[in-house]
Amino acid sequence: MFPLVDTLGFAELTDFVIAFVLGVGFGFFLEQAGFGNADKLAMQFYFRDMAVFKVMFAAIVTTMTGLIVFSSLGLLDLDLIYINPTYLWSGVVGGLIMGFGFIIGGYCPGTALVGVMTARIDAVFSVLGGMLGMFVFAELVPLKPIMTFFNLETEGFSGRLTLWEWLGVKPGVVGFFVMLIAVAGFVAAEWAERKFNPKLQEV
Amino acid sequence: MRTFQAKPSTYMNPYVAGIGLGLVLLLAYLISGRGLGASGALMRTVVQAEKVVSQEHVDNNFYLSKYGGDGQNPWHNWLVWEALGVLVGGLISGASAGRLHLELHRGPRITARQRLLYAMLGGALFGFGARLARGCTSGVALSGGATLAAGSWITMLCIFAGAYGLAWFVRKLWI
Repeated sequence: MFPLVDTLGFAELTDFVIAFVLGVGFGFFLEQAGFGNADKLAMQFYFRDMAVFKVMFAAIVTTMTGLIVFSSLGLLDLDLIYINPTYLWSGVVGGLIMGFGFIIGGYCPGTALVGVMTARIDAVFSVLGGMLGMFVFAELVPLKPIMTFFNLETEGFSGRLTLWEWLGVKPGVVGFFVMLIAVAGFVAAEWAERKFNPKLQEV
Repeated sequence: MRTFQAKPSTYMNPYVAGIGLGLVLLLAYLISGRGLGASGALMRTVVQAEKVVSQEHVDNNFYLSKYGGDGQNPWHNWLVWEALGVLVGGLISGASAGRLHLELHRGPRITARQRLLYAMLGGALFGFGARLARGCTSGVALSGGATLAAGSWITMLCIFAGAYGLAWFVRKLWI
């Protein structure tokens, strides 16, 4: 039955309009959480405001639970949904570079878009910089060593691979542990905010 | 220009916002069979601009031609429409919350000009890293994370590790 794009076979334009509506929801909740403001985002990494972690993991657990429940009820074919492919080393290095970019620039693309629309000048510069960085990447990636690294696949840990497939367990098992980690994380986050931001200064 | 200030929060509770976001993301998978994203839309905008300057350059680059080679419109894409929605959603939320003001947010120890420079530098690093990792926090960490994609969790951890790892060294930017 789900995903509907496969069972109902609607037109591409319909899918694009759906994308737009989903995007409105995405942008709405990002801004509602205050993620249009770079200093609030940055405070995550000084343990003064753990909203980034809370929002991200609350979202991950919500979606993950929905996917697992729908799948186990036979309503969703997980083979038909897009699972990000695994490229270990480009994922590691790209992730680290993104982390550096995040703490230096205070934004990521999604939050920067929200910042732009709420008239944050620094967000505009972040988006311009982002496009510059992507331009540079596209110019460098055809070079043999970079292209090789970009496409490097690790034996046994590559392609379309989920954590439950990698561990050889049912999806719900991984889901359960992710939920435990999330709850432990939330408790730790509340503790950290109290400890490092005792006057509860909301950015 | 506002910097760091203590005021009563008008922000939505982060757990509630997260659940809301998670439901939107779940709908994306249930309806369109895919998750959300952001950096891809910016990449396609870069390709669109490059096509105007030199279509030949785009055609001759294996990475760029995927998006805009030979008659392809890089903006004719699910993610681009979604990103437009993000812009509108952000605007609606900001307007309704009274957070629509020309502002620059920075730490108390740097100037506005420095903030803009670092915003651009950080953004550039982030953009580069995002394409190398085949997605950003939205497309990989959030969406890939929710589907428990193995590589996505690795990238997510590395994003946090990189940011936390460098935080102390760039603390002058924020605290």
